Amino acid sequence: MENAEENILEVKDLTIDFHTYAGTVKAIRDVSFHLKKGETLAIVGESGSGKTVTTKTVMGLLANNAEVVEGTVKFRGKDILKMTQKQLEDIRGKDIAEIFQDPMTSLDPTMRIGKQIAEPLRIHKGYSREKANKQALEMLKLVGITNAEERINDYPHQFSGGMRQRIVIAIALVCYPEILIADEPTTALDVTIQAQILDLMKELQEKISTSIIFITHDLGVVAGMADRVAVMYAGKIVEYGTVDEIFYNPQHPYTWGLLNSMPTLDTAKGKLESIPGTPPDLLDPPAGDPFAARNPYAMKIDEQKEPPFFKVSDTHYAATWLLHPDAPHVEPPVEIKRRQEVYKKRLQEGTINQGHIHSTGNTSFGTDDDDAIGE
Amino acid sequence: MDTREKILEVKHLKQYFNVGKKDEVRAVDDVSFDIYKGETFGLVGESGSGKTTTGRAIIRLLDPTDGQVLFNGRDVASLKSKTDMMAFRREMQMIFQDPYASLNPRMKVKDIVAEGIDIHHLAKNDQDRTNQVEDLLETVGLNRDHSSRYPNEFSGGQRQRIGIARALAVQPDFIIADEPISALDVSIQAQVVNLMKELQEQKGLTYLFIAHDLSMVKYISDRIGVMHYGKLLEIGPAEEVYNHPLHLYTESLVSAVPQPDPEFERNRRQVVYDSTPEFDGKKRQMVEITPQHFVRASEDELDTYRKRATEAGLKTLI
Repeated sequence: MENAEENILEVKDLTIDFHTYAGTVKAIRDVSFHLKKGETLAIVGESGSGKTVTTKTVMGLLANNAEVVEGTVKFRGKDILKMTQKQLEDIRGKDIAEIFQDPMTSLDPTMRIGKQIAEPLRIHKGYSREKANKQALEMLKLVGITNAEERINDYPHQFSGGMRQRIVIAIALVCYPEILIADEPTTALDVTIQAQILDLMKELQEKISTSIIFITHDLGVVAGMADRVAVMYAGKIVEYGTVDEIFYNPQHPYTWGLLNSMPTLDTAKGKLESIPGTPPDLLDPPAGDPFAARNPYAMKIDEQKEPPFFKVSDTHYAATWLLHPDAPHVEPPVEIKRRQEVYKKRLQEGTINQGHIHSTGNTSFGTDDDDAIGE
Repeated sequence: MDTREKILEVKHLKQYFNVGKKDEVRAVDDVSFDIYKGETFGLVGESGSGKTTTGRAIIRLLDPTDGQVLFNGRDVASLKSKTDMMAFRREMQMIFQDPYASLNPRMKVKDIVAEGIDIHHLAKNDQDRTNQVEDLLETVGLNRDHSSRYPNEFSGGQRQRIGIARALAVQPDFIIADEPISALDVSIQAQVVNLMKELQEQKGLTYLFIAHDLSMVKYISDRIGVMHYGKLLEIGPAEEVYNHPLHLYTESLVSAVPQPDPEFERNRRQVVYDSTPEFDGKKRQMVEITPQHFVRASEDELDTYRKRATEAGLKTLI
């Protein structure tokens, strides 16, 4: 996978408005990112930060009141935003598939699960019923449903939440999509089930070498899943880098705040650091840095001028004036300093992951670590 | 031996549904624990473990099938008259999980918060009522003039603050918080948890904090109880249960919590729990292995647990 540096998806200068009764909501403001083959890109942010809208755009599933003001979304070089409904339908579910947050509502309750898994094959690949059903069964085994032969004709309500999410994953992956969008796929699940689903996604990713856009607000999940991370706030990406760079050398005060507000293994009793206030109203986004009002490190310029991206490394950029050469030196929170110490130490040791895809090279079927699934 | 005052004692609580029918569900099966005055007791478990049902049985939203709930020494099930129930409800309040579903969208914030004040006739006149409501809003970090708005004008975190203000309106001693932060964003979760801690210090509240997020529970709780399949498997001091779990189920639960640390995540080994021993029909009860740290065990499992505790550097009893 080392040579897989090809960008399968390129989003450039994307700006999306929603026209509502209250006015124009500037939901996405000048967002650019790319997705490489086989990698997992995590988009992190609070509700309303625009992460879901971004992926809806990639799927061509924007609501009627949305307007793409500017930008391109190129999938294999072709702009998705310029495609006709027919062209989109050909891609959706086949080349780009999505796992939704709530497994309770994303399956058709009146349709047998086998048929639901086989449906994309019938539609996109024109398989006969028999052939599609056979592959659906394989897929059901692959996602770890026990007694797959007996259960393939069951209805969704006969499965638990975790099992349903496995079925949703089976549907999404049955056509071996090039891009899998996972929008908070484990938020509705218990931690133990979450761990199983995340492991399953990683294993399947290696097997069919799909690229994943993983949307979540849980930084713990991001740490385990992502190769690269983009942090979104108020419709903008404020920082992006490899998973190690974001977790061990964060630069944007919002990223600091997010990492700081999570209790970790070593968090002692006492006051949990929270980010004060609430995100800005996107009907009327603030002029400067959108995070300025909640940012204890904000300077005067943060309220006046929007910060550009400053380069931290070849793979790591952050939009904060604190990185400007003229900015005063600030002391990050203790927890962040602890993380940055780890970064320095590991930089010396050369053990920092500089954006290599986590795959260990087991891309073929039938390797030893197969045992956990398929039984 | 314990000098702390017990505010709540749950003794062999059983809550069955569809009793005697084919689809009988033993949602809570023989659960016992105590909560001391002024502490936070965290109740953890997966969906279906019975943690919410336990909370509901304690506050008498459900009538327990068997067992006792003693609140300040008095059996909650014995409260029959309306006046007794009213008095009880003033002492024990609840904060709900979903801040969107638990506030009536057609009521103004002041009427939502004042509902308890009205029912219990705690306000002398209209002016007093308004003052009390506005003071409460201020206490939970909202503005006084928010009182004339409707719930839909607030974000999830703000709504949860309204829910907290409503619970505080009748000046309770004991609050059951059923997953109060699960529906909130990470940065807002910390705000609400901090608010709850502050209020506890100011007002000397006792919390039963029900949640599935172990890392947050560990952080807010003094002691933790772990539930699985309607049974309580382990109780102990929060740090000890989290860092040195004795029951294998607790260990698997702790090991499944993702940490915001990529290096830790890369090396994570999740412990898989096999629940079959729970159904082998052996008689099990809560046994104190190290001081204040109990685990549900049968006679022949005790040595294993003692060994585990010793290996973790804990001092076992006996």
